[in-house]
Amino acid sequence: MSRTSQTDVRLDGTRDLRPDREAITRPGGPRARGERLMVPKADFRSYYGRPVLQPTPWSDHDIAGYLFLGGLAGASSTLAAAADLMGRPHLARAAKAGAACALGGSLYCLIHDLGRPARFLNMLRVFKVTSPMSMGTWILSAYGPPAGLAALTAVTCRFPRAGRAATVTAGLIGPAVATYTAALISDTAVPVWHDAYREMPFVFAGSAAASAGGLGILAAPVTEAGPARSLALIGALTEYTAVRRMERRLGMVARPLKKGRGGVLMRLGKALTLTGAVAAQTVARRDRTAAVAAGAALLAGALCTRFGIFHAGLQSSRDPRYTVQPQRARLEKAEGEGSRS
Amino acid sequence: MAFDLDLALAAPYDPASASGYREHPERMGFFTDTSVCIGCKACEVACKEWNAIPDHPLGFTGMSYDNTGGLGASTWRHVAFIEQPGRTAGADGAEFRWLMASDVCKHCTHAACLDVCPTGSLFRTEFGTVVVQEDICNGCGYCVPACPYGVIARREEDGRVWKCTMCYDRLGVGQEPACAKSCPTDSIQFGELTELRTRAERRLEQLHEAGVGSAQLYGHDPGDGVGGTGAFFLLLDEPEVYGLPPDPVVTTRDLPAMWRQVALAATALLAAVAVTALGARS
Repeated sequence: MSRTSQTDVRLDGTRDLRPDREAITRPGGPRARGERLMVPKADFRSYYGRPVLQPTPWSDHDIAGYLFLGGLAGASSTLAAAADLMGRPHLARAAKAGAACALGGSLYCLIHDLGRPARFLNMLRVFKVTSPMSMGTWILSAYGPPAGLAALTAVTCRFPRAGRAATVTAGLIGPAVATYTAALISDTAVPVWHDAYREMPFVFAGSAAASAGGLGILAAPVTEAGPARSLALIGALTEYTAVRRMERRLGMVARPLKKGRGGVLMRLGKALTLTGAVAAQTVARRDRTAAVAAGAALLAGALCTRFGIFHAGLQSSRDPRYTVQPQRARLEKAEGEGSRS
Repeated sequence: MAFDLDLALAAPYDPASASGYREHPERMGFFTDTSVCIGCKACEVACKEWNAIPDHPLGFTGMSYDNTGGLGASTWRHVAFIEQPGRTAGADGAEFRWLMASDVCKHCTHAACLDVCPTGSLFRTEFGTVVVQEDICNGCGYCVPACPYGVIARREEDGRVWKCTMCYDRLGVGQEPACAKSCPTDSIQFGELTELRTRAERRLEQLHEAGVGSAQLYGHDPGDGVGGTGAFFLLLDEPEVYGLPPDPVVTTRDLPAMWRQVALAATALLAAVAVTALGARS
């Protein structure tokens, strides 16, 4: 039998003739300059370049915003407890009030992002360690009342002993509030978020510490803000180191953290955080205006980092390359090991 | 059930028993043999009709005969069309090959969507399948990025997530799912999973003997990253060609390590604050 097209059904003995017009079924023909490829170049294969994963249905304002606010609230509560125990009332009050406001914002964001906000209490139906969102709900439920009470007693200056107990409780739960969100986003199939699960908690802890330090520097008098300045510096350095390690370990999956919207936000976040931390250690030690600017830079830096990580994750799930290539490489590695043994 | 993570990750295991069903029917599943799919989309239509799924705007995608696009909140069966010129399908010397495959929720043995659902809306049925309880779902959307196959999705006008139920209502009365019922070539086969796996092995052998070397099973192996799927496939090319991930892993496999890292980071944060406080005092 001669090599003919399977779709060729002519019976008149012209089987070897090719049809006049053939459908163009793959790219590679002449293209105008700058024309977008409908199908990405074939360094990996995919179904018409469509993503393997569904788009994450979270809005950046709500969820990236919550990552920032939750971190700010948690670390601020811990800073507030330390300031309280050391007798720095202005710093303690600023951190407690900041934590309560950030907590309020967090709850708004979390409920607002639900598809059915009226059903938010369904979160309390179960207790599941396999679901970081369920665990987060219970962590926030334990953290919210003491954090609120701590702020209320600090602002009204009433019930100091209850206030102290609430402050310490919130301060102890604070670090969990600030870091569990790393498990929240890592426990997904989104390549950047999942693959970065080792470093993500440290990025978030550092970012939370830097933002809480920033809030302390911004709101407390310079004479009391010493611990806030140190915390901001430790946080900024931790975040910087953890992000570097994360990017190095991720390899090609780190690209959305460096390029595009996520990359811009990550770079902006790094610049603002480091500038704020350095300014806090120098000019902001004496000058109130400089302290306000340094604190604002630290807060803005943390916000940019969280939005950067959020958008890098979305980008990595939109492009099938980040799903297919690492999995293919893993399979080939396993096959190589299998054939050698 | 939430605490037996290590046990849950030990394969092979029976998801219905592990979810607490003492007595339950055999685990049911789909075997989709794409080598006999003719791309008629009867499964898509039957699924929509039986489950009363709303339509979605029809468009022209330019992707062969696929104007559905992919699985989603309102598409629980999706037929993929792949045109491959210059590839031989078998020993007949054809120059062109047309791949068609009906995709569906995989009903994983270790289902990430089910693991991460914070309301308990997603649950394991007695048939070993995974189903959303629509009266519970609050639309948090966590299951959506958790699914390694990109199956479950949120219906924006409704706010809740939706996906294939393997026709839970039909299974309960001994009927087969609508898609399998309507499939004219038996490309979609429904039945007890163990039996389907044996049948699939036989079919694979048959195809290999016939010279279709590219035929491979996908999702049949209980040792894979999701513990094997309840809906598995016979494919004629690599999974990514059909839009399927080549080596999916249930994200919760790494969750114990994630919690350990979170605990370390939280402790470090607490220690950092303590150090700054003590440093400021001295």
